[in-house]
Amino acid sequence: MSLVGNLFKSSIGRKFLMAATGVVLIGFVIGHLVGNLQVFQHPDHLNGYAQFLHNLGPWLWVARIVLIVAVAVHIWAATMLSLENKQARGAQPGVKLWIRASLASRAVRWTGYIVLAFLIYHLAHFTFGVAGKEHFKERLPGYLMTSDYRVAGFPVVKQGTEVLDVHSMVILGFQNPIVAVFYIIAVGLLSFHLLHGVDSLFQTFGLRSSRWSGALRKVAVVVCLAYFLGNLLIPGAVLIGAKGLREGYRGPGAHVAAAR
Amino acid sequence: MVANNSQQALSITLRVWRQAGPDQPGKFVDYPAKDLSPHMSFLEMLDMVNDELTRKGEEPIAFAHDCREGICGTCSCTINGKPHGPGRGIATCQLYMRTFHDGDVIVVEPFRATAFPIVKDLVTDRSGFDKIMKSGGFITARAGSAPEANATLIPKENADLAMDAAACIGCGACVAACKNASAMLFVAAKVSHLGLLPQGEVERDRRVLAMVGTMEEQGFGNCTNYYECSAACPKLISHDFIARMNRDYLKASFRSAFQHASNSTGGGAG
Ligand code: HEM
Ligand code: FES
Repeated sequence: MSLVGNLFKSSIGRKFLMAATGVVLIGFVIGHLVGNLQVFQHPDHLNGYAQFLHNLGPWLWVARIVLIVAVAVHIWAATMLSLENKQARGAQPGVKLWIRASLASRAVRWTGYIVLAFLIYHLAHFTFGVAGKEHFKERLPGYLMTSDYRVAGFPVVKQGTEVLDVHSMVILGFQNPIVAVFYIIAVGLLSFHLLHGVDSLFQTFGLRSSRWSGALRKVAVVVCLAYFLGNLLIPGAVLIGAKGLREGYRGPGAHVAAAR
Repeated sequence: MVANNSQQALSITLRVWRQAGPDQPGKFVDYPAKDLSPHMSFLEMLDMVNDELTRKGEEPIAFAHDCREGICGTCSCTINGKPHGPGRGIATCQLYMRTFHDGDVIVVEPFRATAFPIVKDLVTDRSGFDKIMKSGGFITARAGSAPEANATLIPKENADLAMDAAACIGCGACVAACKNASAMLFVAAKVSHLGLLPQGEVERDRRVLAMVGTMEEQGFGNCTNYYECSAACPKLISHDFIARMNRDYLKASFRSAFQHASNSTGGGAG
Protein backbone atom coordinates (compact mmCIF):
# COMPACT_ATOMS: atom_id res chain seq x y z
CA MET A 1 0.00 0.00 0.00
CA SER A 2 1.06 3.57 -0.61
CA LEU A 3 1.49 6.14 2.12
CA VAL A 4 -1.93 7.63 1.40
CA GLY A 5 -3.43 4.13 1.43
CA ASN A 6 -1.74 3.38 4.74
CA LEU A 7 -3.02 6.59 6.30
CA PHE A 8 -6.61 6.36 5.07
CA LYS A 9 -7.19 2.61 4.99
CA SER A 10 -5.14 1.05 7.76
CA SER A 11 -6.12 0.91 11.37
CA ILE A 12 -3.05 2.74 12.66
CA GLY A 13 -3.12 5.24 9.76
CA ARG A 14 -6.67 6.29 10.51
CA LYS A 15 -5.86 6.62 14.16
CA PHE A 16 -2.93 8.83 13.19
CA LEU A 17 -5.26 11.04 11.15
CA MET A 18 -7.62 11.20 14.08
CA ALA A 19 -4.89 12.19 16.49
CA ALA A 20 -3.39 14.74 14.06
CA THR A 21 -6.75 16.38 13.37
CA GLY A 22 -7.39 16.22 17.12
CA VAL A 23 -4.26 18.32 17.69
CA VAL A 24 -5.50 20.92 15.18
CA LEU A 25 -8.89 21.03 16.90
CA ILE A 26 -7.39 21.24 20.38
CA GLY A 27 -5.26 24.18 19.18
CA PHE A 28 -8.38 25.80 17.81
CA VAL A 29 -10.59 25.35 20.87
CA ILE A 30 -7.92 26.72 23.19
CA GLY A 31 -7.29 29.73 20.92
CA HIS A 32 -11.03 30.27 20.60
CA LEU A 33 -11.46 30.26 24.39
CA VAL A 34 -8.64 32.76 24.91
CA GLY A 35 -10.24 35.05 22.31
CA ASN A 36 -13.68 34.71 23.88
CA LEU A 37 -12.45 35.57 27.35
CA GLN A 38 -12.02 39.13 26.05
CA VAL A 39 -15.75 39.50 26.74
CA PHE A 40 -14.69 40.36 30.30
CA GLN A 41 -12.69 43.34 29.05
CA HIS A 42 -14.00 46.60 27.57
CA PRO A 43 -16.37 45.86 24.61
CA ASP A 44 -13.68 47.32 22.30
CA HIS A 45 -11.74 44.08 22.82
CA LEU A 46 -14.21 41.41 21.73
CA ASN A 47 -15.73 43.63 19.04
CA GLY A 48 -12.33 44.72 17.75
CA TYR A 49 -11.14 41.11 17.76
CA ALA A 50 -14.20 39.96 15.77
CA GLN A 51 -13.68 42.75 13.26
CA PHE A 52 -10.00 41.86 13.00
CA LEU A 53 -10.90 38.24 12.17
CA HIS A 54 -13.37 39.38 9.51
CA ASN A 55 -10.77 41.71 8.02
CA LEU A 56 -8.52 38.69 7.42
CA GLY A 57 -10.78 38.04 4.40
CA PRO A 58 -9.44 35.11 2.40
CA TRP A 59 -7.17 34.04 5.28
CA LEU A 60 -10.23 33.57 7.45
CA TRP A 61 -11.49 31.16 4.81
CA VAL A 62 -8.20 29.29 4.75
CA ALA A 63 -8.50 28.78 8.50
CA ARG A 64 -12.14 27.79 8.19
CA ILE A 65 -11.39 25.23 5.50
CA VAL A 66 -8.56 23.72 7.56
CA LEU A 67 -10.95 23.38 10.48
CA ILE A 68 -13.77 21.94 8.38
CA VAL A 69 -11.39 19.38 6.88
CA ALA A 70 -10.03 18.53 10.34
CA VAL A 71 -13.52 18.00 11.76
CA ALA A 72 -14.58 15.97 8.73
CA VAL A 73 -11.51 13.71 8.77
CA HIS A 74 -11.69 13.30 12.54
CA ILE A 75 -15.32 12.24 12.50
CA TRP A 76 -14.96 10.13 9.36
CA ALA A 77 -12.08 8.18 10.92
CA ALA A 78 -13.89 7.83 14.25
CA THR A 79 -17.00 6.53 12.53
CA MET A 80 -15.17 4.08 10.27
CA LEU A 81 -13.10 2.70 13.14
CA SER A 82 -16.17 2.37 15.35
CA LEU A 83 -18.13 0.49 12.69
CA GLU A 84 -15.23 -1.89 12.11
CA ASN A 85 -14.86 -2.39 15.84
CA LYS A 86 -18.48 -3.29 16.23
CA GLN A 87 -18.12 -5.83 13.45
CA ALA A 88 -14.91 -7.24 14.95
CA ARG A 89 -16.43 -7.60 18.42
CA GLY A 90 -19.58 -9.40 17.28
CA ALA A 91 -22.26 -10.58 19.67
CA GLN A 92 -21.31 -10.72 23.34
CA PRO A 93 -24.07 -12.70 25.03
CA GLY A 94 -22.17 -13.30 28.26
CA VAL A 95 -20.49 -11.10 30.83
CA LYS A 96 -17.99 -8.29 30.23
CA LEU A 97 -15.95 -7.10 33.15
CA TRP A 98 -14.24 -3.73 32.69
CA ILE A 99 -10.79 -4.08 34.16
CA ARG A 100 -9.34 -0.62 33.94
CA ALA A 101 -10.61 1.41 30.95
CA SER A 102 -11.41 4.94 32.12
CA LEU A 103 -14.91 6.36 31.90
CA ALA A 104 -13.60 9.14 29.64
CA SER A 105 -12.30 6.55 27.18
CA ARG A 106 -15.47 4.49 27.26
CA ALA A 107 -17.68 7.54 26.73
CA VAL A 108 -15.50 9.13 24.04
CA ARG A 109 -17.70 8.20 21.13
CA TRP A 110 -20.86 9.62 22.70
CA THR A 111 -19.21 12.77 23.98
CA GLY A 112 -17.82 13.22 20.45
CA TYR A 113 -21.17 13.00 18.70
CA ILE A 114 -22.87 15.26 21.24
CA VAL A 115 -20.08 17.81 20.74
CA LEU A 116 -20.81 17.62 17.00
CA ALA A 117 -24.48 18.38 17.62
CA PHE A 118 -23.43 21.29 19.80
CA LEU A 119 -21.00 22.54 17.15
CA ILE A 120 -23.80 22.69 14.57
CA TYR A 121 -26.06 24.58 16.97
CA HIS A 122 -23.23 26.93 17.94
CA LEU A 123 -22.53 27.88 14.32
CA ALA A 124 -26.24 28.39 13.70
CA HIS A 125 -26.34 30.63 16.76
CA PHE A 126 -23.36 32.97 16.48
CA THR A 127 -22.10 32.57 12.90
CA PHE A 128 -25.20 32.20 10.73
CA GLY A 129 -27.87 33.70 13.00
CA VAL A 130 -30.38 30.91 12.37
CA ALA A 131 -30.92 30.19 16.06
CA GLY A 132 -31.53 33.15 18.39
CA LYS A 133 -32.26 35.47 15.44
CA GLU A 134 -33.53 38.44 17.48
CA HIS A 135 -30.13 39.17 19.01
CA PHE A 136 -27.96 38.16 16.04
CA LYS A 137 -25.07 40.59 15.55
CA GLU A 138 -26.34 41.92 12.22
CA ARG A 139 -29.66 42.96 13.77
CA LEU A 140 -28.08 44.84 16.63
CA PRO A 141 -27.05 48.49 16.40
CA GLY A 142 -23.49 48.99 15.21
CA TYR A 143 -20.72 49.59 17.72
CA LEU A 144 -18.33 52.55 17.51
CA MET A 145 -14.81 51.64 18.63
CA THR A 146 -13.74 53.95 21.46
CA SER A 147 -10.07 52.96 21.12
CA ASP A 148 -7.75 51.14 18.71
CA TYR A 149 -7.78 47.31 18.82
CA ARG A 150 -4.20 46.14 18.66
CA VAL A 151 -2.68 42.78 17.72
CA ALA A 152 1.03 42.44 18.54
CA GLY A 153 1.17 46.22 18.95
CA PHE A 154 -0.34 47.03 15.54
CA PRO A 155 -3.61 48.94 15.56
CA VAL A 156 -5.66 46.58 13.36
CA VAL A 157 -9.07 48.14 14.05
CA LYS A 158 -9.02 51.95 14.41
CA GLN A 159 -10.85 54.04 16.97
CA GLY A 160 -14.13 55.38 15.57
CA THR A 161 -14.71 52.45 13.19
CA GLU A 162 -18.26 51.11 13.25
CA VAL A 163 -18.21 47.36 13.85
CA LEU A 164 -20.69 44.58 14.67
CA ASP A 165 -21.62 44.35 18.34
CA VAL A 166 -20.52 40.79 19.06
CA HIS A 167 -20.09 41.62 22.75
CA SER A 168 -23.80 42.36 23.17
CA MET A 169 -24.83 39.41 21.02
CA VAL A 170 -22.97 36.98 23.30
CA ILE A 171 -24.42 38.45 26.47
CA LEU A 172 -27.97 38.62 25.10
CA GLY A 173 -27.60 35.01 23.96
CA PHE A 174 -26.55 33.75 27.39
CA GLN A 175 -29.23 35.73 29.17
CA ASN A 176 -31.51 32.90 28.05
CA PRO A 177 -30.87 30.31 30.80
CA ILE A 178 -31.64 27.34 28.53
CA VAL A 179 -28.97 28.47 26.06
CA ALA A 180 -26.43 29.15 28.81
CA VAL A 181 -26.99 25.77 30.51
CA PHE A 182 -26.79 23.96 27.19
CA TYR A 183 -23.45 25.61 26.45
CA ILE A 184 -22.11 24.67 29.87
CA ILE A 185 -23.13 21.02 29.46
CA ALA A 186 -21.69 20.89 25.95
CA VAL A 187 -18.28 22.27 26.92
CA GLY A 188 -18.29 19.92 29.88
CA LEU A 189 -18.70 16.99 27.51
CA LEU A 190 -16.06 18.42 25.18
CA SER A 191 -13.64 18.68 28.10
CA PHE A 192 -14.38 15.07 28.99
CA HIS A 193 -13.83 14.07 25.36
CA LEU A 194 -10.50 15.85 25.40
CA LEU A 195 -9.46 14.10 28.60
CA HIS A 196 -9.29 10.85 26.65
CA GLY A 197 -8.14 12.61 23.49
CA VAL A 198 -5.14 14.43 24.97
CA ASP A 199 -3.90 11.26 26.61
CA SER A 200 -4.73 9.01 23.71
CA LEU A 201 -3.06 11.02 20.97
CA PHE A 202 0.37 10.51 22.54
CA GLN A 203 -0.21 6.76 22.47
CA THR A 204 -1.28 6.95 18.83
CA PHE A 205 1.79 8.97 17.86
CA GLY A 206 3.88 6.40 19.72
CA LEU A 207 5.20 8.87 22.25
CA ARG A 208 3.53 7.58 25.41
CA SER A 209 5.22 5.19 27.79
CA SER A 210 4.70 4.09 31.37
CA ARG A 211 7.74 6.13 32.38
CA TRP A 212 5.71 9.31 32.05
CA SER A 213 2.11 8.28 31.37
CA GLY A 214 1.16 9.11 34.98
CA ALA A 215 2.41 12.67 34.55
CA LEU A 216 0.74 12.90 31.14
CA ARG A 217 -2.59 11.92 32.65
CA LYS A 218 -2.25 14.59 35.34
CA VAL A 219 -1.41 17.24 32.74
CA ALA A 220 -4.43 16.12 30.68
CA VAL A 221 -6.70 16.43 33.72
CA VAL A 222 -5.39 19.91 34.54
CA VAL A 223 -5.66 21.12 30.93
CA CYS A 224 -9.19 19.80 30.53
CA LEU A 225 -10.33 21.16 33.87
CA ALA A 226 -8.84 24.59 33.10
CA TYR A 227 -10.47 24.48 29.68
CA PHE A 228 -13.83 23.65 31.24
CA LEU A 229 -13.59 26.37 33.89
CA GLY A 230 -12.58 28.96 31.29
CA ASN A 231 -15.58 28.06 29.20
CA LEU A 232 -17.90 27.89 32.19
CA LEU A 233 -16.98 31.46 33.09
CA ILE A 234 -18.66 33.16 30.11
CA PRO A 235 -22.21 31.71 30.14
CA GLY A 236 -21.91 31.22 33.92
CA ALA A 237 -21.19 34.88 34.64
CA VAL A 238 -24.04 36.04 32.42
CA LEU A 239 -26.41 33.47 33.91
CA ILE A 240 -25.86 34.60 37.50
CA GLY A 241 -25.98 38.24 36.42
CA ALA A 242 -22.33 39.01 37.20
CA LYS A 243 -21.71 40.06 33.61
CA GLY A 244 -24.34 42.37 32.08
CA LEU A 245 -24.73 44.35 28.88
CA ARG A 246 -22.35 47.22 28.17
CA GLU A 247 -23.25 50.73 29.20
CA GLY A 248 -25.06 52.64 26.50
CA TYR A 249 -26.49 49.53 24.78
CA ARG A 250 -29.62 50.71 22.97
CA GLY A 251 -31.35 47.52 21.85
CA PRO A 252 -32.04 46.11 18.39
CA GLY A 253 -33.87 47.91 15.64
CA ALA A 254 -32.40 51.34 16.41
CA HIS A 255 -29.83 51.18 13.69
CA VAL A 256 -28.69 48.27 11.54
CA ALA A 257 -24.93 47.98 11.24
CA ALA A 258 -23.56 48.46 7.76
CA ALA A 259 -20.05 47.21 8.29
CA ARG A 260 -19.30 43.55 8.06
CA MET B 1 -4.37 -13.58 47.76
CA VAL B 2 -5.18 -16.56 49.88
CA ALA B 3 -8.73 -16.40 51.15
CA ASN B 4 -9.72 -17.92 54.50
CA ASN B 5 -11.52 -20.63 52.55
CA SER B 6 -8.17 -21.95 51.31
CA GLN B 7 -8.46 -25.16 53.34
CA GLN B 8 -12.18 -25.85 53.04
CA ALA B 9 -13.83 -27.85 50.28
CA LEU B 10 -16.16 -25.73 48.15
CA SER B 11 -19.16 -26.23 45.92
CA ILE B 12 -19.93 -23.95 43.02
CA THR B 13 -22.27 -23.64 40.06
CA LEU B 14 -20.63 -23.53 36.66
CA ARG B 15 -22.50 -21.55 34.03
CA VAL B 16 -20.86 -22.73 30.83
CA TRP B 17 -21.31 -21.71 27.20
CA ARG B 18 -22.32 -24.82 25.27
CA GLN B 19 -22.25 -24.73 21.50
CA ALA B 20 -22.23 -27.92 19.43
CA GLY B 21 -20.42 -26.50 16.40
CA PRO B 22 -19.36 -23.36 14.55
CA ASP B 23 -22.73 -22.56 13.01
CA GLN B 24 -24.87 -23.88 15.82
CA PRO B 25 -26.63 -21.61 18.28
CA GLY B 26 -25.02 -21.56 21.73
CA LYS B 27 -26.41 -21.12 25.22
CA PHE B 28 -25.40 -21.09 28.85
CA VAL B 29 -25.95 -24.31 30.80
CA ASP B 30 -25.55 -24.64 34.57
CA TYR B 31 -23.61 -27.54 36.10
CA PRO B 32 -23.11 -28.05 39.82
CA ALA B 33 -19.58 -28.92 40.96
CA LYS B 34 -19.53 -30.19 44.53
CA ASP B 35 -16.91 -30.72 47.23
CA LEU B 36 -13.98 -29.37 45.31
CA SER B 37 -10.55 -29.17 46.84
CA PRO B 38 -9.40 -25.54 47.04
CA HIS B 39 -6.01 -26.69 45.78
CA MET B 40 -7.50 -27.96 42.56
CA SER B 41 -6.78 -25.94 39.45
CA PHE B 42 -9.63 -24.53 37.42
CA LEU B 43 -8.91 -26.94 34.58
CA GLU B 44 -8.84 -29.92 36.98
CA MET B 45 -12.27 -28.80 38.15
CA LEU B 46 -13.43 -28.83 34.51
CA ASP B 47 -11.92 -32.33 34.15
CA MET B 48 -13.97 -33.49 37.14
CA VAL B 49 -17.17 -32.00 35.78
CA ASN B 50 -16.43 -33.70 32.46
CA ASP B 51 -15.86 -37.08 34.16
CA GLU B 52 -19.26 -36.70 35.74
CA LEU B 53 -20.84 -35.76 32.38
CA THR B 54 -19.18 -38.71 30.67
CA ARG B 55 -20.45 -41.08 33.37
CA LYS B 56 -23.95 -39.75 32.79
CA GLY B 57 -23.53 -40.27 29.05
CA GLU B 58 -23.60 -36.54 28.28
CA GLU B 59 -21.26 -34.66 25.97
CA PRO B 60 -18.28 -33.35 27.96
CA ILE B 61 -17.44 -29.63 27.82
CA ALA B 62 -14.83 -28.98 25.13
CA PHE B 63 -12.06 -26.68 26.35
CA ALA B 64 -8.56 -25.98 25.06
CA HIS B 65 -5.49 -26.77 27.17
CA ASP B 66 -2.03 -28.15 26.77
CA CYS B 67 0.95 -27.35 29.00
CA ARG B 68 -1.09 -26.46 32.09
CA GLU B 69 1.81 -24.41 33.35
CA GLY B 70 1.18 -21.06 31.72
CA ILE B 71 3.66 -21.24 28.88
CA CYS B 72 1.88 -22.54 25.79
CA GLY B 73 -1.07 -20.15 25.46
CA THR B 74 -3.60 -22.84 24.63
CA CYS B 75 -6.00 -22.46 27.54
CA SER B 76 -8.50 -19.77 26.80
CA CYS B 77 -11.59 -19.28 28.89
CA THR B 78 -13.23 -16.02 29.79
CA ILE B 79 -14.20 -16.50 33.42
CA ASN B 80 -16.65 -14.10 35.07
CA GLY B 81 -16.15 -11.63 32.22
CA LYS B 82 -12.35 -11.55 32.31
CA PRO B 83 -10.11 -13.58 29.99
CA HIS B 84 -8.23 -16.14 32.12
CA GLY B 85 -10.44 -15.24 35.05
CA PRO B 86 -9.71 -13.31 38.23
CA GLY B 87 -6.10 -12.79 39.15
CA ARG B 88 -3.35 -10.79 37.54
CA GLY B 89 -0.73 -12.15 35.19
CA ILE B 90 -1.92 -15.75 35.08
CA ALA B 91 -3.40 -18.04 32.44
CA THR B 92 -6.55 -20.08 33.07
CA CYS B 93 -4.41 -23.14 33.79
CA GLN B 94 -2.76 -21.25 36.67
CA LEU B 95 -6.05 -20.38 38.32
CA TYR B 96 -6.93 -22.28 41.51
CA MET B 97 -10.30 -22.96 43.03
CA ARG B 98 -9.29 -21.24 46.29
CA THR B 99 -9.79 -17.97 44.41
CA PHE B 100 -13.53 -18.65 44.54
CA HIS B 101 -16.00 -18.90 47.38
CA ASP B 102 -18.38 -21.62 48.35
CA GLY B 103 -21.69 -21.09 46.56
CA ASP B 104 -20.28 -18.91 43.74
CA VAL B 105 -21.79 -18.99 40.28
CA ILE B 106 -18.89 -19.00 37.82
CA VAL B 107 -19.61 -17.92 34.24
CA VAL B 108 -17.30 -19.58 31.71
CA GLU B 109 -17.21 -18.49 28.07
CA PRO B 110 -14.94 -18.88 25.07
CA PHE B 111 -12.58 -16.05 24.07
CA ARG B 112 -15.09 -14.11 22.01
CA ALA B 113 -14.27 -12.18 18.81
CA THR B 114 -15.48 -12.34 15.23
CA ALA B 115 -11.91 -13.26 14.23
CA PHE B 116 -11.95 -16.19 16.71
CA PRO B 117 -14.91 -18.28 15.52
CA ILE B 118 -16.15 -20.83 18.03
CA VAL B 119 -15.26 -24.41 17.13
CA LYS B 120 -17.12 -26.04 20.00
CA ASP B 121 -18.15 -24.95 23.50
CA LEU B 122 -15.13 -23.11 24.91
CA VAL B 123 -12.79 -23.84 22.01
CA THR B 124 -12.20 -21.10 19.46
CA ASP B 125 -10.25 -21.04 16.22
CA ARG B 126 -7.33 -18.70 16.84
CA SER B 127 -5.56 -19.40 13.56
CA GLY B 128 -5.90 -15.70 12.72
CA PHE B 129 -2.85 -15.26 14.96
CA ASP B 130 -0.94 -17.89 12.97
CA LYS B 131 -1.71 -16.03 9.74
CA ILE B 132 -0.37 -12.82 11.27
CA MET B 133 2.81 -14.67 12.32
CA LYS B 134 3.20 -16.19 8.87
CA SER B 135 3.11 -12.75 7.29
CA GLY B 136 6.14 -11.43 9.17
CA GLY B 137 6.66 -12.85 12.63
CA PHE B 138 10.07 -14.33 11.82
CA ILE B 139 13.62 -13.45 10.82
CA THR B 140 14.77 -14.54 7.37
CA ALA B 141 18.47 -13.72 7.82
CA ARG B 142 20.60 -16.83 7.93
CA ALA B 143 22.06 -16.94 11.40
CA GLY B 144 24.32 -19.94 10.82
CA SER B 145 25.51 -21.89 13.82
CA ALA B 146 25.56 -20.25 17.24
CA PRO B 147 27.88 -17.24 16.94
CA GLU B 148 30.39 -16.04 19.48
CA ALA B 149 28.27 -14.43 22.19
CA ASN B 150 30.04 -11.08 22.11
CA ALA B 151 30.27 -10.79 18.33
CA THR B 152 27.06 -8.76 18.16
CA LEU B 153 26.66 -6.38 21.04
CA ILE B 154 23.10 -5.78 22.19
CA PRO B 155 22.38 -3.10 24.78
CA LYS B 156 21.03 -4.61 27.96
CA GLU B 157 17.95 -2.33 27.84
CA ASN B 158 17.04 -3.62 24.38
CA ALA B 159 17.59 -7.23 25.37
CA ASP B 160 15.36 -6.78 28.43
CA LEU B 161 12.66 -5.04 26.45
CA ALA B 162 12.77 -7.71 23.74
CA MET B 163 12.41 -10.36 26.45
CA ASP B 164 9.40 -8.55 27.95
CA ALA B 165 7.73 -8.66 24.54
CA ALA B 166 8.84 -12.23 23.88
CA ALA B 167 6.92 -13.35 26.97
CA CYS B 168 3.77 -13.28 24.81
CA ILE B 169 2.32 -16.79 24.63
CA GLY B 170 -0.13 -15.86 21.87
CA CYS B 171 -3.21 -16.93 23.81
CA GLY B 172 -5.55 -14.21 22.51
CA ALA B 173 -6.67 -12.87 25.90
CA CYS B 174 -5.91 -9.36 24.64
CA VAL B 175 -8.41 -9.79 21.79
CA ALA B 176 -11.06 -11.24 24.09
CA ALA B 177 -10.60 -8.44 26.64
CA CYS B 178 -10.73 -5.64 24.08
CA LYS B 179 -14.05 -3.93 23.47
CA ASN B 180 -13.00 -3.74 19.82
CA ALA B 181 -11.54 -7.26 19.59
CA SER B 182 -8.28 -5.69 18.55
CA ALA B 183 -5.12 -7.78 18.24
CA MET B 184 -2.81 -4.80 18.66
CA LEU B 185 -1.15 -6.04 21.86
CA PHE B 186 -0.31 -9.41 20.32
CA VAL B 187 1.02 -7.91 17.08
CA ALA B 188 2.88 -5.20 18.99
CA ALA B 189 4.57 -7.79 21.18
CA LYS B 190 5.75 -9.80 18.17
CA VAL B 191 6.83 -6.77 16.16
CA SER B 192 8.75 -5.34 19.12
CA HIS B 193 10.34 -8.59 20.20
CA LEU B 194 11.87 -9.13 16.77
CA GLY B 195 12.50 -5.50 15.86
CA LEU B 196 14.44 -4.75 19.04
CA LEU B 197 17.19 -7.26 18.25
CA PRO B 198 19.83 -6.70 15.57
CA GLN B 199 18.93 -9.80 13.53
CA GLY B 200 15.30 -8.75 13.32
CA GLU B 201 15.90 -5.02 12.99
CA VAL B 202 16.87 -5.53 9.30
CA GLU B 203 13.30 -6.43 8.37
CA ARG B 204 11.65 -4.10 10.83
CA ASP B 205 9.72 -1.93 8.35
CA ARG B 206 8.56 -4.75 6.13
CA ARG B 207 7.53 -6.80 9.15
CA VAL B 208 5.36 -4.16 10.79
CA LEU B 209 3.62 -3.23 7.53
CA ALA B 210 2.90 -6.87 6.69
CA MET B 211 1.78 -7.97 10.14
CA VAL B 212 -0.52 -4.97 10.65
CA GLY B 213 -1.96 -5.57 7.15
CA THR B 214 -2.72 -9.22 7.95
CA MET B 215 -4.16 -8.25 11.32
CA GLU B 216 -6.69 -6.08 9.51
CA GLU B 217 -7.50 -8.72 6.89
CA GLN B 218 -8.25 -11.21 9.66
CA GLY B 219 -11.00 -8.93 10.94
CA PHE B 220 -9.49 -7.83 14.24
CA GLY B 221 -10.66 -4.42 15.45
CA ASN B 222 -8.86 -1.12 15.96
CA CYS B 223 -7.20 -0.04 19.17
CA THR B 224 -8.92 2.84 20.98
CA ASN B 225 -6.46 2.99 23.86
CA TYR B 226 -8.60 1.47 26.60
CA TYR B 227 -5.71 -0.69 27.86
CA GLU B 228 -7.95 -3.61 28.79
CA CYS B 229 -5.64 -5.91 26.81
CA SER B 230 -2.56 -5.44 28.93
CA ALA B 231 -4.63 -5.75 32.12
CA ALA B 232 -5.94 -9.14 30.99
CA CYS B 233 -2.61 -10.40 29.57
CA PRO B 234 -1.37 -13.48 31.47
CA LYS B 235 2.17 -12.18 30.94
CA LEU B 236 1.22 -8.55 31.73
CA ILE B 237 2.75 -7.33 28.49
CA SER B 238 2.62 -3.55 28.51
CA HIS B 239 0.56 -1.47 26.09
CA ASP B 240 3.71 0.63 25.74
CA PHE B 241 4.54 -1.89 23.01
CA ILE B 242 1.43 -0.71 21.15
CA ALA B 243 2.77 2.86 21.22
CA ARG B 244 6.08 1.53 19.92
CA MET B 245 4.32 -0.33 17.10
CA ASN B 246 2.26 2.75 16.18
CA ARG B 247 5.50 4.68 15.83
CA ASP B 248 7.16 1.84 13.90
CA TYR B 249 4.21 1.57 11.54
CA LEU B 250 4.01 5.30 10.84
CA LYS B 251 7.77 5.57 10.32
CA ALA B 252 7.76 2.56 8.02
CA SER B 253 4.87 4.02 6.00
CA PHE B 254 6.66 7.34 5.51
CA ARG B 255 10.01 5.67 4.84
CA SER B 256 8.60 3.27 2.28
CA ALA B 257 7.03 6.24 0.48
CA PHE B 258 10.03 8.57 0.39
CA GLN B 259 13.20 6.61 0.90
CA HIS B 260 15.63 6.18 -1.98
CA ALA B 261 15.44 2.56 -3.20
CA SER B 262 17.56 0.63 -5.65
CA ASN B 263 16.22 -0.04 -9.16
CA SER B 264 18.10 -3.29 -9.42
CA THR B 265 16.01 -6.44 -9.48
CA GLY B 266 18.63 -9.11 -8.90
CA GLY B 267 21.56 -9.52 -6.56
CA GLY B 268 25.27 -9.15 -7.16
CA ALA B 269 27.33 -6.52 -8.97
CA GLY B 270 25.63 -5.18 -12.06
C1 HEM C 1 -17.17 17.24 16.58
C2 HEM C 1 -17.44 16.04 16.89
C3 HEM C 1 -16.43 15.03 17.35
C4 HEM C 1 -16.61 13.71 17.25
C5 HEM C 1 -17.81 13.00 16.68
C6 HEM C 1 -15.44 13.07 17.80
C7 HEM C 1 -15.28 11.71 17.90
C8 HEM C 1 -14.18 11.11 18.42
C9 HEM C 1 -14.07 9.72 18.62
C10 HEM C 1 -15.14 8.66 18.32
C11 HEM C 1 -12.84 9.47 19.10
C12 HEM C 1 -12.36 8.06 19.33
C13 HEM C 1 -11.43 7.80 20.36
C14 HEM C 1 -11.31 6.37 20.61
O1 HEM C 1 -12.26 5.61 20.32
O2 HEM C 1 -10.25 6.05 21.12
C15 HEM C 1 -12.17 10.74 19.23
C16 HEM C 1 -10.89 10.92 19.68
C17 HEM C 1 -10.27 12.13 19.79
N1 HEM C 1 -10.89 13.36 19.64
FE1 HEM C 1 -12.72 13.70 18.92
N2 HEM C 1 -14.57 14.02 18.20
C18 HEM C 1 -15.14 15.24 17.96
C19 HEM C 1 -14.64 16.47 18.25
C20 HEM C 1 -13.39 16.66 18.70
C21 HEM C 1 -12.84 17.94 18.94
C22 HEM C 1 -13.59 19.27 18.78
C23 HEM C 1 -11.56 17.70 19.33
C24 HEM C 1 -10.49 18.65 19.70
C25 HEM C 1 -10.70 19.80 20.15
C26 HEM C 1 -11.31 16.30 19.37
C27 HEM C 1 -10.13 15.69 19.74
C28 HEM C 1 -9.92 14.33 19.80
C29 HEM C 1 -8.67 13.68 20.07
C30 HEM C 1 -7.36 14.38 20.30
C31 HEM C 1 -8.89 12.30 20.04
C32 HEM C 1 -7.87 11.19 20.27
C33 HEM C 1 -7.34 10.61 19.02
C34 HEM C 1 -6.56 9.36 19.34
O3 HEM C 1 -7.19 8.29 19.41
O4 HEM C 1 -5.36 9.43 19.52
N3 HEM C 1 -12.44 15.68 18.97
N4 HEM C 1 -13.02 11.72 18.81
S1 FES D 1 -2.50 -24.61 29.10
FE1 FES D 1 -0.60 -23.82 28.38
S2 FES D 1 -0.77 -21.76 29.02
FE2 FES D 1 -2.52 -22.62 29.93
